[in-house]
Amino acid sequence: MRLLRRLGRSPAALAGIFLLLAVAAMAAAGPLLYPEGPWVLIGRPFAWPGELAGRPFGTDSLGRDVTAGILHGSRISLLIGLAATAVALGFGVAVGALAGYFGGWVDDALMRLTDAMQTIPPFLLAVVIVVIVKPTVATIILAIAAISWPAVARLVRAEFLRLREAEFVAACRAMGMSDMRIILTQILPNSSAPIVVSASIMVATAILTEAGLSFLGLGDPNVMSWGTMVGLGRSDFRTAWYLVAVPGVAIVFTVLALNLLGDGLNDALNTRLGRD
Amino acid sequence: MTVGDGGRRRRYLLRRLGQAVVVLGLVVVLQFFLLHLAPGDVADVIAGESQAADPEFVGRLRQQLGLDQPLPVQLGLYAWRLIRLDFGMSHAFGVPVLDLIAERLPATLLLMICAIATAFVTGTALGIVAAVRVGSWLDLAVSVLALLFYATPAFLVGIGLILVFTVQLRWLPMSGMITPWLEGGWWAATLDVARHLIMPMLALALFYVAIYTRLMRASMLEILSLDYVRTARAKGLRAWRVIFGHAARNAMLPMVTMLGLQVGSLLGGAILVETVFGWPGIGRLAFEAVSRRDVPLVLGILSLSSVLVLLVSLAIDVVYTRLDPRIVLR
Repeated sequence: MRLLRRLGRSPAALAGIFLLLAVAAMAAAGPLLYPEGPWVLIGRPFAWPGELAGRPFGTDSLGRDVTAGILHGSRISLLIGLAATAVALGFGVAVGALAGYFGGWVDDALMRLTDAMQTIPPFLLAVVIVVIVKPTVATIILAIAAISWPAVARLVRAEFLRLREAEFVAACRAMGMSDMRIILTQILPNSSAPIVVSASIMVATAILTEAGLSFLGLGDPNVMSWGTMVGLGRSDFRTAWYLVAVPGVAIVFTVLALNLLGDGLNDALNTRLGRD
Repeated sequence: MTVGDGGRRRRYLLRRLGQAVVVLGLVVVLQFFLLHLAPGDVADVIAGESQAADPEFVGRLRQQLGLDQPLPVQLGLYAWRLIRLDFGMSHAFGVPVLDLIAERLPATLLLMICAIATAFVTGTALGIVAAVRVGSWLDLAVSVLALLFYATPAFLVGIGLILVFTVQLRWLPMSGMITPWLEGGWWAATLDVARHLIMPMLALALFYVAIYTRLMRASMLEILSLDYVRTARAKGLRAWRVIFGHAARNAMLPMVTMLGLQVGSLLGGAILVETVFGWPGIGRLAFEAVSRRDVPLVLGILSLSSVLVLLVSLAIDVVYTRLDPRIVLR
């Protein structure tokens, strides 16, 4: 509750939350307003926004409704952003917690693995993974998670290194509490602030990565995402730039909203966390 | 007895070098298993491309490539080839992988170095301005700009730039690196490359402008509140000398670290930017390699770019220990 009140005092965070609610509403409204999905042809191609009644964003090169694409695309972007972040958080927290808590060779081994993953250029790695195991929503989620967990692992490790020497942890040890219980019920809750902040930035980065993959034509061919729409519109951007601009603005606003929320959370939780 | 400073630095750097070698080994193992996730193997891909469905041919090929060996043996063979810098032939281009990469690397390095230099300079300047005028409308404008740049994917920036500067204003060429059949000697060629470079460079740089601006602003704000800055002010030094001579120099330390971390992400951004602008670099080569399932080329690019990332991070470490003597060498 205190967190919410503090967030409420930051206009940037409020703007972020407001924008995110709008995107969530779009995701919810998509199948209700356009139950036939984003792929059906509804009219002549290349109708500019406002030219056709009831189709505020016009139609694309095949005569599909851009508005339907934007609404359905918001579902894919949010799904991939949230799921990839959840998977990356799960794995990254586990690796970081074990490395930071146990130290020694466990730390060395896990951190070298983390280093290795961070050494391969992340977007390149995501591209390779997606191509090797066929692009589907699930593999895209896993590929994005694979490139984003190392940052979480580092962050969590640093928190655990700091907290494992704390007095309350020593007290738990003296009580005979098991390592797993100390990790899960004592240290982890106390290091949640920076994890929460980085999670909102991770969702933003995941959405950007998905857009980049789809733009290259490496998205799931069965779903319409914002990146797919930009990629499809690219070949006609000289004559019909709205086909790139409309989904482009959707991407920018969503990512912006998540970053604003991240900044707001950062201030509210008063963590000292650099970005990237 | 204390170990001399030089000895400690050497020990630290040796340790970092050792770690880098271990990491490189792990990268090789990770890449090897990543490629074994693929359905079918290299032999299938080659056979598919040469349209030879003859199982005997595929079998022979498999034997030639060592694909009939157990996995650990294959991994060993693979690592041994990498150590000798033998990346094999590219299936898609029919040229040795190393030659292809060597041919494409300069274009990408030019793009990356120009982009990151632009971002570093612009970000530092904007960050200083915002921090010095903290809370003003200028600070707000810079912060909003940084947020927008941070949220806009490079390929969108690229398309937007083309729309404005090529389609509308007709000032800059849309794609490629140099005009074919250009006459007029090296000066005309340099100018031509520069004209081609501007848009891809900006598209790649904007995201990093955002990062450096935010970082520099935060770093400056912290340092401007420190005692030694107050002392400098109290001495009666001019404001600009305090800002540039005392504060900015120290505020730039975290930026150097950031520079090292960003080589990998820049390479990723280069894939998108080079695709938009048809820039003949490693990024586009990587995309072509991946979409044509050219396994040796993909592996070559992954390995060499990982080596590049490691080398830069080692170089940054060396620079860092010299820049800031307070850094504890561990």
